Amino acid sequence: MAEATATDFLVLSGIAKRYGGVRALENVDFACRRGQIHAVLGENGAGKSTLIKIVAGVVQPDAGTITLDGVLHQFRRPAEATAAGVVCVFQELSLIPDLSVADNISISAPPKRFGLIDTRAQTRRAEALLAEVGCEDVNPLLRVHDLPLSRRQMVEIAKAIGQRPKLLILDEATSALTSADVERVYSLLARLKAANVAILYISHRMHEVDALADRASVFRNGRHIETFDEGTRTTSQIVQLMIGRDISTQYPPKPDRQRPPAALKIENLVWENRLQSISLDVGAGEIVGLGGLDGQGQKMLLLALFGVLRGLTGTITVNGRVVRPGSPSDAKAHGTGIALVPEDRKIEGLMLPMSITDNLAIASLKNLLSGPFVDAGKERRAVEAGIERLRIKVGDRADAVSTLSGGNQQKVVIAKWLMTGPRIILLNDPTRGIDVGTKQELYRLMRELADQGAAILFYSTDYDELIGCCDRVAIMYDGRIVRELTGADLNETNIISASLNIATSEPAAAPHVATAHG
Amino acid sequence: MGSNLAIRLRQNFGLATGIVLFCVVYLGYHLSHPKGFSSAVLVQNSNEVFTLAMVAMAQTVPVLMAGLDLSVGALMTMVDCFASYLMTGAAAGTPLAMDFIGIRLTFGTLPGGVPGLLLGMLICLGIGTLGGLLNGMVVVYGRIQPIIATLATGAIYIGVALHLRPQPGGKIDDDLNWALTNSLGEFASTVHIFDDGAASWFAPLAWIPTPFVLLALIALVVWVPFRRSVAGRTIYAIGSAEGAAYMSGLAIDRAKLIAFTLGGFFAGCGGVFLAIQTSSGNADIPQAGAYTLNSIAAVVIGGTSLLGGTGSAIGSIFGALILRVISFFFRIFDIAPLLQPLFEGLILLVAVSISAVRVLRIKNTLELFR
Repeated sequence: MAEATATDFLVLSGIAKRYGGVRALENVDFACRRGQIHAVLGENGAGKSTLIKIVAGVVQPDAGTITLDGVLHQFRRPAEATAAGVVCVFQELSLIPDLSVADNISISAPPKRFGLIDTRAQTRRAEALLAEVGCEDVNPLLRVHDLPLSRRQMVEIAKAIGQRPKLLILDEATSALTSADVERVYSLLARLKAANVAILYISHRMHEVDALADRASVFRNGRHIETFDEGTRTTSQIVQLMIGRDISTQYPPKPDRQRPPAALKIENLVWENRLQSISLDVGAGEIVGLGGLDGQGQKMLLLALFGVLRGLTGTITVNGRVVRPGSPSDAKAHGTGIALVPEDRKIEGLMLPMSITDNLAIASLKNLLSGPFVDAGKERRAVEAGIERLRIKVGDRADAVSTLSGGNQQKVVIAKWLMTGPRIILLNDPTRGIDVGTKQELYRLMRELADQGAAILFYSTDYDELIGCCDRVAIMYDGRIVRELTGADLNETNIISASLNIATSEPAAAPHVATAHG
Repeated sequence: MGSNLAIRLRQNFGLATGIVLFCVVYLGYHLSHPKGFSSAVLVQNSNEVFTLAMVAMAQTVPVLMAGLDLSVGALMTMVDCFASYLMTGAAAGTPLAMDFIGIRLTFGTLPGGVPGLLLGMLICLGIGTLGGLLNGMVVVYGRIQPIIATLATGAIYIGVALHLRPQPGGKIDDDLNWALTNSLGEFASTVHIFDDGAASWFAPLAWIPTPFVLLALIALVVWVPFRRSVAGRTIYAIGSAEGAAYMSGLAIDRAKLIAFTLGGFFAGCGGVFLAIQTSSGNADIPQAGAYTLNSIAAVVIGGTSLLGGTGSAIGSIFGALILRVISFFFRIFDIAPLLQPLFEGLILLVAVSISAVRVLRIKNTLELFR
């Protein structure tokens, strides 16, 4: 247990929080210091998010006290925490999509002139802060919803820095970032640390924690398990602390066999200037990865296959039949059988206020009909099968899906599509913001589905994952597939160099080279 | 910074379409009108459009927060009825008294002459503003959706209006009526400024309709600063992503109260002008309903999204202008009055489709749902 000392900046003691019958936090004592990066680790549902929300004034604890710099605080709303110097970069972005980048960065305390917002000063301020986080390329006048997710997250960080925090909390702040941006965030955090800011860093990426953290605290089942200085535990020891059980191999073994015949064949696919003459095969039983820097056309390729994009040219062949899906409804139709697990599960994946049952059944209602009506019995059986197959932890199936943890929500999205019996499964970064345990379940599930004959196209921002899971990886750069890696060629050096579109003969590029391309 | 201009233009596509559409139809109107481009026609048109423009501005504020205000027409009508008592300009002053459920309430006497007239106008605007504040309080503290809250308050306002004016009646000071519903030249000669409007520098401006100037003034002095205030920004943020706005530490409840209050002020301006224009008060229920529905149409034509977060009250003014010009055409082309609603509906559909044309250019159909 962390004992409070004079140097501690934030001290929590005896914090407890329940949501209905679910215990989110129990008797948590926790402390962190200025000028340190403190990693908070734990599976989804371990209580990390609740802990942060309490410190940020979003939720109020049932018991316990919060002390900042020796002063006892009770935050009733986010604004009060911000006033005390606590600033959060949330996993669920807190940006306002219809306002400009400049508006968003200065949203809580805009510069004023004659009592009104001084838009020019605000734009200058946004430019300065964007430069500080290394995002000079973002025009502050653009609306946030016109930016890709990775840029939005950088804007979010710029917004947080602009509030000059004493305690900065980053909740999965790098989950949507490109590797170049991650480097920028690293150097920014180093500068903040030198400026004596206390930093709480929540991440599911172990190598980030290794690279950044000075101390780390592990949470499990709403309890603070242990706090230790970085370097005193190995990664596997930490993982064990997090999940409380031993993990031998992270990725399921890949089958050793000939390349299977193509179930999905893409030829010369072109869309606007974002997809340029894409040709790719995915065999039945094969997991093909899409890699490369963020925003090189990977998401567009998945959307194109799923019938979302208009004005496509080229051919898509599914099991020998040319298809031209005009909408997601066409794409999932019997005979085509394409499923897409989308990028943003909260917006594109789930109807958050609807029940778990409704969400699971929504894509396969056609299979659950009796006459014109949805058959309650069929629906219940299908939903139960889906929950069981993915081992989704649910209390009551009639609860709103928003009550589930992030990992379980993602499982609902995947289960929903598996219930349609897809032959082609498109995955758009499905492990983003998900805990280690659930990630491994998903890896196993992907291999299992492939073994049952599904063709899987898997986009991931995590190179490790691509190497561990995929039979083959296609690297995209500027809307083209620049390289396909397979077998022994499928390693981090090759992925990084292909992502930056540099020849493999050159020495492996360090990630910061990406800045020039970013 | 050509690219910045392009960005702004793209972001205000709805407003730009509204302005262009208005220019086209209004030019067409003047070309086909026998007395087109004359001050008299401009004055008449601006009188007919002012109240709807104000009510549309009132509607814009809740729509920006992704709500609808069904009370704007009723509130405007109530203020209209109050004005027909408080802005008579009677030299002897007006005793402020009313019977309410058998109880006689007296509030002293409104002085006569110009000070009394101005005070009466301020009271009327204040009543509108208070009505808006009441809407806001019901929404914020009652935690009731705006559409239902204002359905109820709207009925209350119409009730008050009917109590005040069971039959159309009352009177507005003649000079005030003359000054505000004619050209600037008549305004100057009525209030005795600029050598009664004969000053040589003033002559080139004398043709401009006074209601038009009032409309522009209210837009510039009230709306433009509001949009650049923290409350204004918060309104847009609430309509765009209320959760994110809350998490950014914005004062949501306060902004909602201010928004509805501002809407009430705009509706009050509309009511005061309608009274001045008609020189009477009239608790006309169908008219109040028509104003409310037309205000929603004007807001949409003006490029404000019913989903909230984007648009502006300036756009709604143009939306109101377009709606009114459409009905002006009926006068020129002599269309049977009974067919007018049918044509109005068709033209409204076309006008709204034009502002929806951007949908056709979207190549990523996922963006349709954002």
